[in-house]
Amino acid sequence: MSIAVNMKKMTMVQAITEALKVMLEEDASTLVIGEDVGRNGGVFRATDGLFELFGDDRVIDTPLAESGLIGTSIGLAMNGFKPVVEIQFLGFIYPGFNQLITHATRIRTRTQSRYTVPLTIRVPYGAGVRAPEIHSDSTEALFTHIPGLKVVVPSTPHDAKGMLISSIKDPDPVLFLEPMKMYRSGKGDVPTGSYTIPLGKAYRRRKGEDVSIFAWGAMVRIAEKAAETAAKNGIECDVIDLRTLYPLDKEMIAESVQKTGRAVIIHEAPSSGGVGSEVITIINDTSFLYMKAPIKKVTGYDTPVPLFTLEDDYLPDEKKVVRAIEETVRF
Amino acid sequence: MDLTDQFPIVQLVDGEGKQREENSHVTVENAKRFYEHMAFSRLFDQKAVNLQRQGRIGTYAPFEGQEASQIGSALALEDGDWMFPTYRDHAATAAFGHSLENIFLYWKGCIEGCVPPPGKHIFPPSVPIASQILHATGTAWAEKKKGSDRVSLVYFGDGATSEGDFHEGLNFASVFQIPVVFLNQNNGYAISVPLERQMNSKTIAQKSLAYDMPGVRVDGNDVFAVYNETMKAVERARRGCGPTLIEAVTWRYGAHTTTDEPSKYRDQSESDRRRERDDPISRIERFLRANDAWDPEWEIKVKADSEKRLNEAVSEMEKTHKSDETLMFDHVFGTEVWPVQEQKERFFHEGSEKA
Ligand SMILES: Cc1ncc(C[n+]2csc(CCOP(=O)(O)OP(=O)(O)O)c2C)c(N)n1
Repeated sequence: MSIAVNMKKMTMVQAITEALKVMLEEDASTLVIGEDVGRNGGVFRATDGLFELFGDDRVIDTPLAESGLIGTSIGLAMNGFKPVVEIQFLGFIYPGFNQLITHATRIRTRTQSRYTVPLTIRVPYGAGVRAPEIHSDSTEALFTHIPGLKVVVPSTPHDAKGMLISSIKDPDPVLFLEPMKMYRSGKGDVPTGSYTIPLGKAYRRRKGEDVSIFAWGAMVRIAEKAAETAAKNGIECDVIDLRTLYPLDKEMIAESVQKTGRAVIIHEAPSSGGVGSEVITIINDTSFLYMKAPIKKVTGYDTPVPLFTLEDDYLPDEKKVVRAIEETVRF
Repeated sequence: MDLTDQFPIVQLVDGEGKQREENSHVTVENAKRFYEHMAFSRLFDQKAVNLQRQGRIGTYAPFEGQEASQIGSALALEDGDWMFPTYRDHAATAAFGHSLENIFLYWKGCIEGCVPPPGKHIFPPSVPIASQILHATGTAWAEKKKGSDRVSLVYFGDGATSEGDFHEGLNFASVFQIPVVFLNQNNGYAISVPLERQMNSKTIAQKSLAYDMPGVRVDGNDVFAVYNETMKAVERARRGCGPTLIEAVTWRYGAHTTTDEPSKYRDQSESDRRRERDDPISRIERFLRANDAWDPEWEIKVKADSEKRLNEAVSEMEKTHKSDETLMFDHVFGTEVWPVQEQKERFFHEGSEKA
């Protein structure tokens, strides 16, 4: 990590804009591409001001076509550019899914590294902001299952900036998921200038000896709140923000559960086939004999994310997590 | 290649309310019928925007300015036909018989709002752009296979024509000569992206050439012309003569949605000018005045009746505070599967523990 001296308080969206600005300045091959990313500055204002600073050649409004966006960006990436594509919401990436799963992530293998795809795809995702239908899904597991794709989910402004810069610098495709709920949910200290946070490394948000909690995105905040409540009842939680969902930080997962012997995994995605199951696999492979209780998952349901009057019922909340923590301790 | 000459904007009644061409649909009686629907729709839209501002519904996508495109086309359909709207087409769905309460409930975040009245083939608003074009093509294909003369009509915006689904839908419809009407509302913008960035072609109607189907460009603020062209397309489809692409050239006066700020990307005084000059509702008023058929008392009654219907629908909507939680679980599959069943049981068990 390079040393950056000054800190500034900002929201996650502002930190993302900062990261894009750093990379557009630092590397002339960086392009920002997407629907409404230009003059409008993105529907969440994540690219606000960049069009004015860098012009239409580098900050590019495209036609409304996700296959077009991802497919042509593969070409740009293979031929000298570093496109940073914005997909407006995760629910709208699927017209481009074909390009991602059959091409972006295989070109290195298919050409034995003759051609590579240094492509970053930024996508807002997740529930909890009273958004319209199809705008609230958490389908990260569809993407962690694609060989050749790294999947990153920051939960703080600081991580968002450092990990986005790392993602853009990464030589391979990265899906950068931005939890909408965290976009403006608070300001945090963010170093000015350029810095990186390595992909594949989790971060311990709270130290505890009794139960490990694993979460990412907006669920990190829920994990922290539940840990505060549990602490009042004398249960100390080790809260791990996984930050990268592929590849997972095996060392930190193992180290944490070998200390606590108990684990609760939180994700807002549906229960079945989620990334939580991968965390359990890692615990099983590395730490089976250390476990004192069955591992608990607190997740969304195997249902489409409901329209917003029911989204609080759908989402994991502090109560559900505290209950799971207590169950693992009482087991 | 500029094909605007080949696809001139068809008009029956101009902005001044003057009839430009003989046509059996241009009658005082039709004008009044259209006016009633459009004035109602305008009030609906304004009501919804206000409800959003007051926090009584969620994000909403207004259609003000597009009433003629939606009403003129929706009224060309008959019972048994299929309608596939986007998130901006409530004037059309209401005119085709959707429940107003349900339209409001949808924007309030209640899944019940997606359900059309019994016997009405009105699909829930399609949110992923252009995806509904294929469903309209498929349902119409089914009607053809069944030997019926029912058709599908699908709405989509100018931005939607950039998606693969648009081209795939038109091509299927063309190859299998499917009775579907592709009704494009070209309102000039896809959120902030103007038409010139969306496509290099000057018209959307010309895209019909590639699929060898009739294509027409119509003044989307002239409800008579939209009605006439949609009737022609629907009748062609009913006769087994395949699909049509209609480009209704219009403008959205307001924001893309209630979370959008149009002044970020366009000069809103352009919208004000267009409203002044070319409001589709004022156009009917001018037409009626020119035909000595404008009755101010009738106007007051139309608006009062509309207000009443809307207020009743809003009161109905407000009886539902939130959807019943069972709705989240009970319609994932037609027969129970254990994961959903177990999760549902746990949900209600834990809920009762809380209480
Ligand atoms: C596949 C997909 N991509 C992106 C979006 C986000 N989005 C919602 S509306 C919109 C613009 C649509 O423009 P247009 O088709 O012209 O219809 P209009 O909204 O103007 O009625 C975009 C990009 C979406 N809903 N679906």
